This record gives sequence, structure tokens and C-alpha cells, in this order.
Amino acid sequence: MNHTVLTEHMTKKYQQRKITNRVMIGLLASASCIALIPLLSIFIYVLAQGLPGLNLNFFTQLPQPIGETGGGMANSIMGTLTLILTASLFGIVWGVGTGLFLSEYPPGRLSNVVRFSADLLSSIPSIIIGLFVYTLIVIPMRRFSLLAGAVALGIIMIPTLARSTEELLRRVPVHVREAGLALGLPRWKVILRIVLLGNSRAISTGIILAIARVSGETAPLLFTSFNNQYWQRGIDQPTSSLPVQIYTYAISPYEDWHQQAWTGALILVSLVFMMNMMTRYLLSPRRSSK
Amino acid sequence: MQSTWYPINMSRFKIRRRSRREAHLGDLVFSYLLRLLSLGLALLLLMIGFFLFRGAFASISRFGWDFITGSVWDPVQEIFGSAPVLYGTLVSSLIAVIIAAPLSVGIALFLNELAPPLISRSIGFLIEMLAAIPSVVYGLWGIFVLAPSLRTRVEPALVKYLGWIPLFSGPFYGVGMLAAGLILSIMIIPTIFSLSREIFRTIPMAQREAALALGATRWEMMKISVLRSSKSGIGGAIILGLGRALGETMAVTMVIGNRAEISASLLAPAQTMASVIANEYAEASNDIHLSSLIEIGFLLFVVTFIINGFARIFILRESKS
Repeated sequence: MNHTVLTEHMTKKYQQRKITNRVMIGLLASASCIALIPLLSIFIYVLAQGLPGLNLNFFTQLPQPIGETGGGMANSIMGTLTLILTASLFGIVWGVGTGLFLSEYPPGRLSNVVRFSADLLSSIPSIIIGLFVYTLIVIPMRRFSLLAGAVALGIIMIPTLARSTEELLRRVPVHVREAGLALGLPRWKVILRIVLLGNSRAISTGIILAIARVSGETAPLLFTSFNNQYWQRGIDQPTSSLPVQIYTYAISPYEDWHQQAWTGALILVSLVFMMNMMTRYLLSPRRSSK
Repeated sequence: MQSTWYPINMSRFKIRRRSRREAHLGDLVFSYLLRLLSLGLALLLLMIGFFLFRGAFASISRFGWDFITGSVWDPVQEIFGSAPVLYGTLVSSLIAVIIAAPLSVGIALFLNELAPPLISRSIGFLIEMLAAIPSVVYGLWGIFVLAPSLRTRVEPALVKYLGWIPLFSGPFYGVGMLAAGLILSIMIIPTIFSLSREIFRTIPMAQREAALALGATRWEMMKISVLRSSKSGIGGAIILGLGRALGETMAVTMVIGNRAEISASLLAPAQTMASVIANEYAEASNDIHLSSLIEIGFLLFVVTFIINGFARIFILRESKS
């Protein structure tokens, strides 16, 4: 008698646990689906709204004044490319150099400080970097400029690159370096020629990721390179860029400009995704085990 | 013996032997160069703090603590109290974390513990793609898709059924605190998700098997051996997500409505630290307005500095134990 009650109680308890289990697993699975909804929605809208405005003019024409239809974002696309190129000039050297220092030299107090600063620097909101460059370059020069924008983007690249270079080079086995040293090569040559060039594919994925990250940055460019409705004239002049142009058009009240903003977003998203895909391709196991 | 045909210059060995510490001139130059670059990185951080402080000095010396406690932000009257802006930042980020934290940890659990490899890899990839979308594109989507659907569908229902709670009362416009919080939550999901998944991956299989062997159900196993032992790591991941939400600019600027007022309702427009800077820098006509905006930037810098320092301590503790 007592025994049956106990078993009944346990069966009930077990049923409850099983139900909880089912419910929780269902919740976890639906969490994954919920998170995909905004992603899909963004994709669909960027494609559906952006594609109609996609034509050759978009890549070759300057923006038209309000009221006139047509025109494109040729200057913004060029501006973004110029900004990225200029930023890369010093951002890559500085970032990769710091990464080399962190991975190739014995750990010490300096490398700990540098690693910590790189982590903090990469988590500082990009708008703060923009504000910093604004007080550093724009105020003394009394004008917005391509230079200022490029410096801001470069600074954002540095910590990401430093940490990714360090991570990637740590995976290089020690005997590779020892082999170089055993040949009598000086250390700097071993580092540059063997460690760095020998892993150029891995390093380049880090670089592409850093570029992909900054190419969508808008906030720091607002105070530094600002915007420009014409072609870029010099490094000390304000320049247009794709993200800032999208922002300007998106908050405007004109239907035409909204269309342009969506098409701009389509270009920007495809650019960033292409770069991300490229790194995946470069790092895929099939290629790296050559 | 002729030494010229040797591929290696033998004379170098002699030099090396004589002074073992002086390796090579090139090495010296190279190592100092790298050291300089690395030191530069650390100095950059100090410089950012210093320059922002210098730019904010006029405002700091004029308003003092009133800048933080004052609740009126009026550029025309030159009264700058940043309490509404601080409130907006805090509340929008809190909404984001409250929504994103359980979702992201749940996804990480599902993909790491339950889903078959193919699904786990592809959904994981898609979630990480969320991080690659530029913030201005989120903003564009927020203005033309999220805000209108909030205005026409979600917010009327909220007011109708939950209007008795002050949080969901008053007029609604689509844009506002709720829209900003929602868009931020989407943006910080990948941050919290990928960190939590990394942490779950470090938990040894044996720990899970032990729980299952004792008769735990799948969920109980996750609770006992996965969640419980990665508590502080998840805490760190959430704080990092919070840090990202605090400083997010473009998307928030585009959907929050940009009104520097403290309102009990989440449906009302608001303003955050980052969005006020992005919005007003262009119209900052006088020096004190500009200086106030830079002071906001300085405050944001200090806050994210502290928050990220904290999060790193959390995660560090996790990886040590």
C-alpha cells in the first residue's frame, strides 16, 4: 500500500522533470529562432528596398540636389575606399607590429600593459575615438578632413589587429623560429621573413577583418571626415563616405534619398559580408593544410 | 681555407661569441621599433583620456557636479545637466541586456549542448553575422521597419493591456526608448553569444556525463554542470555586452527620438550619451556647448573603461579556475 503511493509519487515527480526538460529545450530552441528573425528581416529589407535603386548611375554619378531624381553615391564609395586605404597605411603597420611584439618577445610588464590597453581600446565606443580625433586634429586644423577620418579609422583598427596577429602567431610552432635561427638568421629577419611572411594568409585574414570592421563605421567619421557632395579634393578636405551618406539620407525627409540610402546599405552590407566570407575561405581547413 | 664559398659568413660567429648579449644591430633596432609601437598603443589610451579631459575642461570648471545631477539640457539657455542623457543611456542599455542576455545564453546552450553539428555551425555563423552588419544599417532598418511596426502594432497593444503600468503609458511614436532598447538588444546578442559559447566549450565533457549518469535530464544536466560552473564567465560576457550597448551610437541615434527628458514611459523619446554627441556636435555653436558634449564623451569613456575592466576581471577569474 505505502509502496504504491511512493512509486506513484516518484512517477509523478519524474513526469514533472521530463516536462520541465521538454519545455526548457523548446525554449532554448525557440530562442535560436527568435534571434534569427531580425537578421532575416534586415536581409530581406536591404535586398528588397536596395535592389530597385541599383544601377550603373549609382556607381558613377554624384549625388543630385534635392528635388532632382537620379544621381548616385560614386563620391561616397570612392571616399570610403580612400579612407580605408589611408587608415590601413598606418593602422596595419602599427597593429601588426604590436602583435609581433606581443607574440615574439618574452612576456614582461610592458606586454601585459600593452595587452590590457589593446583590450580596453578595442572596447571603447568608436564615437569616443571620433571625438578624440576631433579634439586632436579637427580643432587645430579648423576643418574636417580625410586625414582626420583616416586617423580615427586607423586607431580603431590597431587593437583588433594587434590581438588577432598575436593570437594567430602563437599557433606557429617554436621549431619554425628555431629553424630560422639555426641558419644564423638574425632575429628580426626570422620574425619578418619566416614568421610573418610564412603566415601571411592568416595575418591577411586578421587585416581583412579589421578593415571589414572599420568600413561600416559611421560615428567616428561624423566628427572627422564629415561629408561632401562632390569628389574628394585633397587630404585636408572633408570627404564623403558610404556610411555617413547613408545616415544623412536616412534621416532626411525625402523619398528619393531613402531609396538611395537603402541601395547604399545594400552595397555596404555586401562589401562587409564579402570581406567576412573571404576570411572564412582563407581560413578553411582545405586551404590551410596545403 | 677559403671562406667565401660558405653560404654562411663565418666571421659573424666570431662577433657573436665575443659579445653574446649584443646580438645584432638589426635585432636591436627592430625590437626597439616594435617596443615603441606597443608603447604607443598604451600611450594612445592615456592620450584619449587626456585630450577628452582637456576638451571638457571648460564645461567641468563651469558646471562642476551640477553637470551630472542637473536634469535640464538646454543648449539655447546654455544650461547643461546630463542626468536625462545618463538616464537614457542606462535604461536603453538595461532593456537591451534584459532581452539579450537570456536569449544569447539560451542560444549558446542550445547550439553547444543540444543541436546537431550542422545546425549548430550554421546558426552560429548566422548569429555571428549579426555582428558584421554595420550599425548605420541597423539604424536604417530601425527607422523604416522596426519603428513603424512598433507604432502600428506593438505599442497600441502595450498601451491597451499594460497601460496601467507607468512604463507603458502615454503617447507613442514608434521611435523612443523601447525601439532603442530593442535594436540594442539585437546588436549585443552576438557579443554575449560568442563569449558564452567559448566558455561552455571549455567545460570538460566528463562533468556533463557525470550529471547524466546520475539520472539528470538534459536540462538538469545543463543547469548543474554547464550553467552553474560558468556563472562568473557569463556574468563577464553580459557586462561586456552592456559595455557595447552603452556606447552604441548610430542605430540608437536614429531610433530613440532624441529628446533629452526623463520620462517614466518607455514609449517616450529619449536621448543617450552617444546619441546626444552625434546629434548636436554639428549645431554646437558656442564653445561651452561643444565642451559639454566632449565632457559627455569623457564620462562615457570613463564608464566603459570601468565596465570593461570589471568584465575582464570576471572572465579572467573564470579562465584561471
